[in-house]
Amino acid sequence: MILTEQEKAEVEANRQRYEQHKALGQQQAPKALPPPTPRDGAPIAADAIIHRETVPGGWYYVTKLGRGEALRLVNTSGTSCVSIQAWNAFDPSERLNHADTIKVQWAASLRKGRVILSDMGRALLSIIEDTSGAHDTMVGGSTAATNAARYGAGSFRNTRDNFVLAAGKLGLDRRDLHPSIGFFAPVAVDSQGRFEWHGERRNKGDFVDLRAELDLLVAVSNCPHPLDPSPSYAPGDIDIIRYQAPQPAADDLCRTVSLEAKRAFENNAFYLAGVAGRA
Amino acid sequence: MTAIPASARIVLDTEIPARVPWSAIIRKGQTLRIVDSHGQQAVDTLFYAADDHGERYSGQDTLRAQGSAYVTTGTRIMSTEGRTMLRMVADSCGLHDTSAGACSCESNTVRFGHQTKYLHACRENFVLEAAKHGLSKRDIVPNLNFFMNVPLDTSGNFTVVDGVSKPGDYVEMVAEMDVLCLISNCPQVNNPCNGFFPTPIQVVIYEAGED
Repeated sequence: MILTEQEKAEVEANRQRYEQHKALGQQQAPKALPPPTPRDGAPIAADAIIHRETVPGGWYYVTKLGRGEALRLVNTSGTSCVSIQAWNAFDPSERLNHADTIKVQWAASLRKGRVILSDMGRALLSIIEDTSGAHDTMVGGSTAATNAARYGAGSFRNTRDNFVLAAGKLGLDRRDLHPSIGFFAPVAVDSQGRFEWHGERRNKGDFVDLRAELDLLVAVSNCPHPLDPSPSYAPGDIDIIRYQAPQPAADDLCRTVSLEAKRAFENNAFYLAGVAGRA
Repeated sequence: MTAIPASARIVLDTEIPARVPWSAIIRKGQTLRIVDSHGQQAVDTLFYAADDHGERYSGQDTLRAQGSAYVTTGTRIMSTEGRTMLRMVADSCGLHDTSAGACSCESNTVRFGHQTKYLHACRENFVLEAAKHGLSKRDIVPNLNFFMNVPLDTSGNFTVVDGVSKPGDYVEMVAEMDVLCLISNCPQVNNPCNGFFPTPIQVVIYEAGED
């Protein structure tokens, strides 16, 4: 296609703007991101705990999570993978969007300081603590078919079915399911784009803390990740601690770590002002 | 570009103008050819089982099924129910993404600044086209991006860079079930997925002949 001089100038202006965004996006956040949380580095005050529950291997958990509350997901056994889905409690058509989460933050890897975005340009969850940094945004959870392929004949609970059940209990259905994010799932890609499993990066006692940035519905599945090479189906228990997170300070890490995160939280503030206006 | 066999029956041969949505049913056994007529045009694509829209394209299942972060010849395009919807049988380009999803007015504000809110985006296209089939925003899931170049490095960095598709590059998929196909011929000018200048594409649906 032959472009006019004016069209060429527009293309060039668009390209320059993109290169500026890319340079800022790829430089600012990585400098500001902290190292992983030490496993003994973030105790939760007893009076902040709202609820505590152990979810057995293979099972799922559903909760409402008020804005400002957090979920600590603890890999007590070291053999679990915890997959999540999340929806805006007031409008479940707004939901976790893994593609926007990784594209907007220029990084497929999640760790402390990153946020999880919705399809509506808002922050749903902030990763306020994370001992691991080994999480999966690409491959998703297990299904009946992946379990059958890995473990052979038998009845093994899987993440897809867990999410169908969880959605049902929230008054939602499979149309509302979306690609999930898997915590404690050390998936990486090699230089050819092939997936690799780095089991050494998953450790007993790892935890991740997710702070709700809107009132949410959350579903959690505790099943082995489909790329986990272990030949035995042996997901351990996980602990889930729902707690009142400290009020975010003006310099809150997740809200200030990047220009993209700042703009997502500006969208949250604009939306929340509208919600408050109706109350 | 490999010619479509003379014995084939052409079910549909159409141009999708720059920036606009499109949809059609592709029957089991039919081939969908998408041609990047002018090169460097991202083609955002979604599939639904034609008789059950609750079963739809799953990017994560597709990537897991082939063990790789990219889509190319041989890739089985998987549904949320773990079934193969289509098989990719030809790919003259070699680089297609299914991790970066579609542009939207809302994500553009986060990625490129609030001033980009009122720019036409793929999600707008998808919602409008989906509505013709009784579907809504609930049904829009992260999609396939043909001809979109999204390299993922080994440390997890992720960016959209210039597409490598040349004028006439194409992909072909054979449907293994009846599928509803939604396309947004991406209007994005904020990143290099279209070379910052959206262009028309060609879509052909055909059936192999008897010989």
